[in-house]
Amino acid sequence: MSIVTLQLGQSGNQIGFEVFDALFSDSHCSQGLCSKRENEAYQASCKERFFSEEENGVPIARAVLVDMEPKVINQTLSKASQSGRWKYGQRSCFCQKQGSGNNWAYGYSVHGPRHAESIMNLIQKEVEKCDSLSGFFIVMSMAGGTGSGLGAFITRNLQDQYSNSLKMNHIIWPYGTGEVIVQNYNSILTLSHLYRSSDALLVHENDALHKICAKLMNIKQISFRDINQVLAHQLGSVFQPTYSEEGSSHYRRNPLGDLMENLVSHPEFKLLGVRNIPQMSEHSLAYSTFTWAGLLKHLRQMLISNAKMEEGIDWQVRPPLSGAPTPGKMPVNKNPHFNKSLANLVILRGKEVHSADLGKQGLRAYIHQYTKFGIEEEDFLDSFTLLEQVVASYRNL
Amino acid sequence: MTQSVVVQVGQCGNQIGCCFWDLALREHAAVNQKGIYDEAISSFFRNVDTRVAGDGGSIPKGKICSLKARAVLIDMEEGVVNEILQGPLRDVFDSKQLITDISGSGNNWAVGHKVFGSLYQEQILEKLRKSAEHCDCLQCFFIIHSMGGGTGSGLGTFLLKVLEDEFPEVYRFVTSIYPSGEDDVITSPYNSILAMKELNEHADCVLPIDNQSLFDIISKIDLVVNSGKLGTAVKPKSLVTSSVGAFKQRQEKPFDAMNNIVANLLLNLTSSARFEGSLNMDLNEISMNLVPFPQLHYLVSSLTPLYTLADVNIPSRRLDQMFSDAFSKDHQLIQADPKHSLYLACALMVRGNVQISDLRRNIERLKPSLQFVSWNQEGWKTSLCSVPPVGHSHSLLALANNTCVKPTFMELRERFMRLYKKKAHLHHYLQIEGMEESCFSEAVSSLSALIQEYSQLDATKSMPMEDLPRLRVAV
Repeated sequence: MSIVTLQLGQSGNQIGFEVFDALFSDSHCSQGLCSKRENEAYQASCKERFFSEEENGVPIARAVLVDMEPKVINQTLSKASQSGRWKYGQRSCFCQKQGSGNNWAYGYSVHGPRHAESIMNLIQKEVEKCDSLSGFFIVMSMAGGTGSGLGAFITRNLQDQYSNSLKMNHIIWPYGTGEVIVQNYNSILTLSHLYRSSDALLVHENDALHKICAKLMNIKQISFRDINQVLAHQLGSVFQPTYSEEGSSHYRRNPLGDLMENLVSHPEFKLLGVRNIPQMSEHSLAYSTFTWAGLLKHLRQMLISNAKMEEGIDWQVRPPLSGAPTPGKMPVNKNPHFNKSLANLVILRGKEVHSADLGKQGLRAYIHQYTKFGIEEEDFLDSFTLLEQVVASYRNL
Repeated sequence: MTQSVVVQVGQCGNQIGCCFWDLALREHAAVNQKGIYDEAISSFFRNVDTRVAGDGGSIPKGKICSLKARAVLIDMEEGVVNEILQGPLRDVFDSKQLITDISGSGNNWAVGHKVFGSLYQEQILEKLRKSAEHCDCLQCFFIIHSMGGGTGSGLGTFLLKVLEDEFPEVYRFVTSIYPSGEDDVITSPYNSILAMKELNEHADCVLPIDNQSLFDIISKIDLVVNSGKLGTAVKPKSLVTSSVGAFKQRQEKPFDAMNNIVANLLLNLTSSARFEGSLNMDLNEISMNLVPFPQLHYLVSSLTPLYTLADVNIPSRRLDQMFSDAFSKDHQLIQADPKHSLYLACALMVRGNVQISDLRRNIERLKPSLQFVSWNQEGWKTSLCSVPPVGHSHSLLALANNTCVKPTFMELRERFMRLYKKKAHLHHYLQIEGMEESCFSEAVSSLSALIQEYSQLDATKSMPMEDLPRLRVAV
């Protein structure tokens, strides 16, 4: 079954590219440890999910690219086609000339209604290309204007139009000390709207990814490209094919369905996080050996102590948590092929308590920028209320 | 991709504008090697086939034929505009986009605003509409003028109201040159205060600049160039220091070099909107993030580095120096002291090979020494553009919404009151039809209200933010 990816805004498009690149590289990696037959089955499964076939053999990503200004989409399209290995569909993009100005209200109330029809048409075309649809994967950030505002609007439209399909929204949690000054407003509004219309929210925090790059990958001058690649690696280990009951050549067919079934048991608890192990640069890999037991132990502790990466884990915290099946002792390489069961363990415990900054609400700073486009103060209040409810529910667990 | 139109008004406005177009052409020439008319160039230039008469000559894509600036030049005396039209940039300007008169405004805001405003309103509207029609998607008007004179100050601010009525959705960014203490125009306080009222009400964003700061920066550069320190050769092609090709050097005051700085400011401001980068920032984001309340839209700017050093591979330490410099008084384009005042918001626009980790490291480093308002402790907006300015490997533009503009405004008000109490020179204004004493008193009270708002924010400087109670919700 296939997943249609929707890349929104600068963040969404830059990340989406890295994700497809990682998925493709992984499934076509020549250094695997399995038999040829297994590799082919793996490749075929991955391809079915994320790529469709084109006449001259170059796979096309099952994706729709949306942005309110053209620079990033142009860059993304050319990067993909330059690689020669895969590319985006020529007509799968929607672009406007003027961005959303980091204004959630502009993205939601102006761009949303104006462009929803064209965007939904593009999505429809992509859906028609799939034999069977597993669901939608929407990549967006919360701090900006397009990803956050337009993303919230489109997700609601998807809910109305494709009520039987699953939707997973992948959201980027901005750095604590701002990239965008009004990011708190944009984030709160996005989260509250998405909570009502999405099936699952997978969160990646820029701060955590940054630390992974610095501490584990040893990158000196970290660029957004590095951060996105770490992210793509983590997502790859979540989305790549996993074994089904029949045996090692057969892969599970419904990736999103599986994830939702295992992780989102109650509609109230939709926030998911990813923890990946091991996470290190290619160079260090040659000098390390792993055992499943060791990795699992670290991962379990990471979960319990709410650590986002394998350094600096607090070993004092202990919980009551059951184990997971281990496929035996096997050396692990960078190919996330074997990581899948670990990832399941991580995602199962999808407890993520977010802390929202309420500081600006008191003084009504910046509000005039939002009321210009039809978002009133009551909307802010509604958002706060909903999120407080969510936080309270998680606390009660 | 959006387009912007530059409206240059008055002597000062036109001279700066001319420098701007010169530098813009050079920047695009350096970046665009193939001569194809692309979206980046189209933000400020039209591609025109000059052989076609009338309006039909626009070429939307393909090779560059002849570039015309998206500009409207307005001056009430002909000297400056004529010089431009005879200079090396004459082909860049469309002769139909000029509005000139002969007599000038006599350093009188009232003449500029009331007399020439009503006289030329139709023409101005027509030229603006024309330039807007040539744009696919017009996002912003950049107005360049000075506050102390007559035309730039009076007619320039008259324009703002026209723009607001005619193009309400298009942003109005104003670059205003404020008079320094030793200004040679006696009535500059009157002109400035009268213009301030218009800026308060009709501009989206104002970048105040004063001549004294620009002069200090130029002196500093000259010092380094002339001292010939070992290993600090200034790169010849740098846009900041070279003004070759534009005008002949004037010896009394180095206006060209000073104008170059302002031109660089405008280029850097728009760089992230024109060129690609890993974290883009469009012009509408500037207003969105830096203007928390509609009245407080005055942004203090600072540019670094002002001169490049001969070293090619600049290690991280120098990069950090660039960030530190941006917050030092020496690099600001207006006399003010942001470090000892309150920041409402701050934007860092970086160009060149700088990554997000460098940015974050420097923000962490500099944050403790800066005071941010209690409800916006993390009030940073950042952008990364991959294309560096010509002649440098990277550069930084810092825009701050800071209460340090208050002393500047207060001093302006002081100078105004000194003249006003004696009613000196007032009759020149009052004899113009439409001007009354109430215009003056309204202007002063508008400025006082603004100063009052800044004072109120200053008062919260050391007070911690009370923790707002979280909403209690029934689960």
